Amino acid sequence: MSVYPEHRPAGQGEPFVFTAEMKAKADAHIAKYPAGRQQSAVMPLLDLAQRQNGGWLSKEALAHVADILGMPVMRVYEVASFYTMYNLQPVGKNLVQVCTTTPCWLRGSGDVVAACEKHLGIAVGETTADGKFTLREVECLGACVNAPVVQVADDYYEDVAVSHVPGLLDALGRGETPKAGSLIGRQTSAPEGGALTLKDIPAKQGA
Amino acid sequence: MLSDKDRIFTNLYGQQDFRLAAARARGDWDGTKEILARGRDAIIEEMKKSGLRGRGGAGFPTGLKWSFMPKQSDGRPSYLVVNADEGEPGTCKDRDMMRHDPHKLIEGCLIAGFAINAVAGYIYIRGEFYREAENLQIAIDEAYAAGLLGKNACGSGYDYDLFVHRGAGAYICGEETALIESLEGKKGQPRLKPPFPAGAGLYGCPTTVNNVESIAVAPTILRRGASWFAGLGRPNNVGTKVFCISGHVNKPCNVEEEMGIPLKELIEKHAGGVRGGWDNLLAVVPGGSSVPILPKSICDTVLMDFDSLKEVKSGLGTAAVIVMDKSTDVVKAIARFSKFYMHESCGQCTPCREGTGWLWRVMERMVKGNATSGEIDMLEEVSREIEGHTICALGDAAAWPVQGLIRHFRPVMEARIAAYRSGLQRSAAE
Repeated sequence: MSVYPEHRPAGQGEPFVFTAEMKAKADAHIAKYPAGRQQSAVMPLLDLAQRQNGGWLSKEALAHVADILGMPVMRVYEVASFYTMYNLQPVGKNLVQVCTTTPCWLRGSGDVVAACEKHLGIAVGETTADGKFTLREVECLGACVNAPVVQVADDYYEDVAVSHVPGLLDALGRGETPKAGSLIGRQTSAPEGGALTLKDIPAKQGA
Repeated sequence: MLSDKDRIFTNLYGQQDFRLAAARARGDWDGTKEILARGRDAIIEEMKKSGLRGRGGAGFPTGLKWSFMPKQSDGRPSYLVVNADEGEPGTCKDRDMMRHDPHKLIEGCLIAGFAINAVAGYIYIRGEFYREAENLQIAIDEAYAAGLLGKNACGSGYDYDLFVHRGAGAYICGEETALIESLEGKKGQPRLKPPFPAGAGLYGCPTTVNNVESIAVAPTILRRGASWFAGLGRPNNVGTKVFCISGHVNKPCNVEEEMGIPLKELIEKHAGGVRGGWDNLLAVVPGGSSVPILPKSICDTVLMDFDSLKEVKSGLGTAAVIVMDKSTDVVKAIARFSKFYMHESCGQCTPCREGTGWLWRVMERMVKGNATSGEIDMLEEVSREIEGHTICALGDAAAWPVQGLIRHFRPVMEARIAAYRSGLQRSAAE
């Protein structure tokens, strides 16, 4: 159960309505589910709303999603507060999420967190004064053979060492999107130095 | 060592393109129409004969699961749901299948959907896997454009739709009924069983929920034959499996190997060995965070399959091998798992909601040694009170790592308590 310290939406009374582009995407999601089951689209719609709203969900955004799907706002709030990826408070422009579950911890994620805190001058859970960064510890991101893993926006940075942290954060701070994936040049989940298997991939299996 | 010609996931590392043309060159979508033409019963029979056991952790026979679905509709549609909410710490295999070999999964969805007479399939992928969901969607769009999905899929006369549904960060949605709740647009809280999903699942309709790997291997099994798959591994533990080797090894990696490979061989051949050599090994968690830890003495000889690991009171789980060398604070490593389960408990059942937090708080004291020897017994006892007393298996999963720690590393815990106490006495004397 995700309970962030800040678990009530801070509605600022800013009106929220999907843009035409987002509304089209929302309609495409709703169409995936059988007639009368449009509630199934609440998760993708909340995701779209969060993207349009600068990374978090205001009360107005929750109400707009509820309105579209014909759901009570409370049901939408239940969903929004249950899942960790919905932010009910504003977050920094770059949401830096360091995985610290055991497989990442064994590979030094504690040092990566400390390096992020030091470089940004904030503690885990905080946002920098300029609003550029929010730092979080998260649970298993599911890329354990490339530990430690740091997620920023939709991308994973993998095999992260303390020495990578300043360069990565500085680039993000400048508004760049550094190349995602292994920071030590590995081919995805293959062992470092190159794959030991799949060197001779048959054209067709069983042939 | 398994030879490349017997590997199913030939693009596991993404050395080649994931799209349709390259997937076809690798053998995907080859003769799918003919496979479907064999008919539902023949497909299910072949899957049963192959001996495939579900790759999501529980190891339930896949063909048998498919056979539970109603042969004739009572008016309700049937659904296939693919569990791609990969989040068991240590596990990152489905991610590779979806980003690098999505057509294997999509073809498997069509065949499985046909076999269980489903009108549609939903792939529930964890929200953090945004790029993986993108690749999967591209591949699905290609399959529709090529007539492989949708109306008259593959020219089989069967109509089948396939959709991607992204989660939003909740480990519990990997539990099949929580996943169904989530897919219906609710909090992901597990349902009481029965009824099982095959009777009343998604929208109250008959539903089969399978792991990504179980579905993705099905087309290859049906192409190459049940006997090929059943000929790999040991009886009741057959086929190939993608292992994820993380932690204190020289070269962490994913690799597809034969079931029943010795753990030592797996680590030494594929992951460059334990950091500092095999003798520097302390312990291994062999199947994802939920299964009990094994000390080196067992790791020396144990085989990586369902029955071998069950015999040593652990489990294959998701085949996520988490290696710890002698530098590891093993109490802290397990305490971190306890924190994970506390964070991920959905809060529905009291033994789990309260118990996971209690376990973590006591484990944190055990890390320091700020406890008594009797509290180790209490920890064990309370973990038994959580286990088996909750709607879903998350409570069990929280209990097992702690039980494994006490079973194999009690002396370490006792020593830490003694050291803490002598430290207190020293500072009191000073």
